[in-house]
Amino acid sequence: MKEINLTVNSQPYRLSVPPHRTLLEVIREDLGLTGTKEGCGLGECGACTVLMDGQAVNSCLVLAAEADGKEITTVEGLADGDKLHPIQQAFVDHGGLQCGFCTPGMILSAKALLDKNPHPTEEEIKQGIAGNLCRCTGYAKIIESIKAAADNMGGK
Amino acid sequence: MAELSVIGQRVPRVDAREKVTGQAKYAADYSLPDMLWCKLLRSPHPHARILNIDTSQAEKLPGVKGIVTGKDFGGWSWGWMPATRDETPLAVDKVRYMAEAVAGLAAVDEDTAEEATGLIKVDYEELPGVFDPEEAMKDGAPQVHDYVKNNISVEYHWNFGDTEKAFAESHLVREDRFRTARATHGYLEPPAILAYYDPTGYITVWASKQSPYFHYRHLAACFKLPLSRVRVVQPFIGGGFGGTKNDSLAGDFCAVLLSKMTGRPVKYIESMEEELATSRRRHSVIVYSKMGVDKDGLLKAIQHRVVADGGGYTAIGPLSMYLNGFITTLPYRLPHFKFDAYRVFTNNPIGAAMRGHGVTHTRFAAEIQMEMLAEELGIDPVEMRMRNAIDNPKPGEIYETINKVTLETCGLKQAIKEAVEDPLWRDRDKMPKKEGAISWGVGLSGTSYSGGARQMGHQACAAIIRLCEDGTVNLITGATDCGQGSDTVLCMIAAEEMGIKLDDVSIKRVDTAYTPVDPGSYGSRVTILAGQATQKAARQVKKQLLEVAAKNWQVKPEDVEIRLGEVSLKSDPSKKMPFIKLARIACYSGTGAVIMGTGYSSYGIEHLDLTSGTGNGACSYSFTAHTARVGVDMETGKIITTGFTLASDCGRLLSPIQAEGQIEGGAIQGLGQALYEDFIMDKGKTLNPTFLDYKMPHALDVPNMKLIDIVTDDPFGPFGAKEASEGSIVSAPPAVISAIHDATGIWFKELPVTPEKVVKALKEKK
Repeated sequence: MKEINLTVNSQPYRLSVPPHRTLLEVIREDLGLTGTKEGCGLGECGACTVLMDGQAVNSCLVLAAEADGKEITTVEGLADGDKLHPIQQAFVDHGGLQCGFCTPGMILSAKALLDKNPHPTEEEIKQGIAGNLCRCTGYAKIIESIKAAADNMGGK
Repeated sequence: MAELSVIGQRVPRVDAREKVTGQAKYAADYSLPDMLWCKLLRSPHPHARILNIDTSQAEKLPGVKGIVTGKDFGGWSWGWMPATRDETPLAVDKVRYMAEAVAGLAAVDEDTAEEATGLIKVDYEELPGVFDPEEAMKDGAPQVHDYVKNNISVEYHWNFGDTEKAFAESHLVREDRFRTARATHGYLEPPAILAYYDPTGYITVWASKQSPYFHYRHLAACFKLPLSRVRVVQPFIGGGFGGTKNDSLAGDFCAVLLSKMTGRPVKYIESMEEELATSRRRHSVIVYSKMGVDKDGLLKAIQHRVVADGGGYTAIGPLSMYLNGFITTLPYRLPHFKFDAYRVFTNNPIGAAMRGHGVTHTRFAAEIQMEMLAEELGIDPVEMRMRNAIDNPKPGEIYETINKVTLETCGLKQAIKEAVEDPLWRDRDKMPKKEGAISWGVGLSGTSYSGGARQMGHQACAAIIRLCEDGTVNLITGATDCGQGSDTVLCMIAAEEMGIKLDDVSIKRVDTAYTPVDPGSYGSRVTILAGQATQKAARQVKKQLLEVAAKNWQVKPEDVEIRLGEVSLKSDPSKKMPFIKLARIACYSGTGAVIMGTGYSSYGIEHLDLTSGTGNGACSYSFTAHTARVGVDMETGKIITTGFTLASDCGRLLSPIQAEGQIEGGAIQGLGQALYEDFIMDKGKTLNPTFLDYKMPHALDVPNMKLIDIVTDDPFGPFGAKEASEGSIVSAPPAVISAIHDATGIWFKELPVTPEKVVKALKEKK
């Protein structure tokens, strides 16, 4: 077992984890934050995407031990009370989701993109979510949602 | 059409907020205290006799609480039709496809369960396998099941008109062999279940089922319990698209039985690798298509002989094969049609349903072959389609096909007309044809799909609406939203009918203990049939409220109007009250009323005739025309798609954002099947059971999409609605293949058209 300290959605946690435990397992099972989804478990679908020190990562491929000392943001950490984050609001308004299973990961990939590049081109948006599969939407309304979020956030 | 307040508005999904905040709970997100984890042991052979299963070592592993094998289910089997119930929860004597489950166990945690499966020892006697459906039909081929001859799982022979005479009289006849891919649904949520068998004899499950009432019946039958003691509580569903999540799986039955044995809740989550290796995927179908036309290109006859790879069990195969044939008579006028269908058992994973069920194969073949004939005759592909397309019947008139499929609206000609007026097609000759190694092409398709599918047995959807005293309502239905947006559409229908705001309608997930029985989410039936049920329930509530208002104002009910939460007198709109006030009057006057409305659907309630292929398999039919622009790298064979124009007659779009999302999603799933997606099989083994190797489209593969609505108001759908998205997935592959032909001069007849196939074909062409 290894002692780790991590911050998830601004809350500090101290946990004792086996060496093979993934960050995804810690988030879902130890912290009970089930908004982060497990699709493939192999880093191919992006459903488990979270932000680790601002970088979008597949949490199924990150060992919990590697997250020691890091700051993690999951989908539960985006809204400000009842007020949705502008990216969440844009997905709601523009139909950027259907079944919703890819949505938490998709929104976090979008956040990682917009944090670095507040005014992305369509091609840059596609690159930004290229690691996140969506089987329902055909991506058009996701791309539209991210564009709208970028516009609404005005580079903030 | 009367002025609508809610229907047709661009409103967000009713479940959007739960989904973007991560609060929407899917099956794998549920847990119970003291819960055990289930894992399955799967066969390493595609065809083998099970000689012995030794679980003793696994039982000794600390933490293992229960183990089940096929015999523990007491010989119970299931399947779509009584005569084809050939599948048991776990293999009993024999495994018929690789990775078929042979044992299940429950342990205190996932790691222990995983470790224990490795300790179960199964002795197999390997049997010769058969992996090609045409080989499997031959005398002497290995027999997958003993109850049929030559591995024929399902066969139909339909004959409408006189195809022989029609071919003899045709100016030109072509015969070609087409083949569709081994494609799968590709949802991101692997199947999962949390099951609890209460020792007093009640089952409760939280399971990822897009048609939970199938599962409810399977569990009651398997565990010999009354239906009233089976509770399927529906979580959010991470995508369905038919097949797997419309059926029950080994993990479901094992979790319930292990819970019964241990007295503890049991959770099972399939790994994506297991899912991709065993999913009840779309059949791979060989279509021998013969098509005859006269000198003007008018269709004289189609003869289809289809051979489908059924895999190890029948599942929903009888319906799949029916759907392969029943609307080949749409969307073009067809005087003679012959159909011989064979679904064949092999030692591959099970062939079943997927979005565009059945029609994707034969319509692909017919579309491409019609273009080939047009090319030979020197007729423009648009002209060829316009000459043959069914006209939109005048209001009140009915078009009937030779196999008695009837329709009252058909927007195909308008869809083709508008699709080819769009610059993607119109300006195709102004666009470059060749840029470096890239050769560009544009293609067209015109197809049809059925909506409001009929089923064997129970067909009606139902809805209940309860009025709350604060003027809001609860909508209760057994219909499932597995992502397609039907909860939103049903709430919009309730709000529109009752004259209240969408925000005042609340819908919850299906729970078979409380919601009315429902056939399921398949065959594009929810909007049409649960929609009609919702309309009826809403009208009942409204009728009661109008009577209360009329009594209160001393007028007749027909003098009162309710619209967007305002109740007013038609003759004097200044006399009005808010809806909440009317609700309070209704609920509190006298002893107080309890106002509820119920309704069930009545569209399309006819007997489904699988053996003759005659009659309507659905309530209404959508019509779709797609154009696609592709670039083919003539050196590497790589194909890029840069534009899609999607013209769809989905009737009236009730919730445009949702319908557009369905149409776009269907087109991109179709693009995947045209260009990328196929399970590579080697003697029953799936060589690419991962997303990386199976290759679904990602964001960078997606072209610009332009949507065109062709509005027809179909009488067999609430507010004129028809299906959306299944037409789109049917139409996308032929448009793409036609575009590849335009770019390369080559007709590809086997899907998907991978770079390898392109390079090979280009070499052969030289």
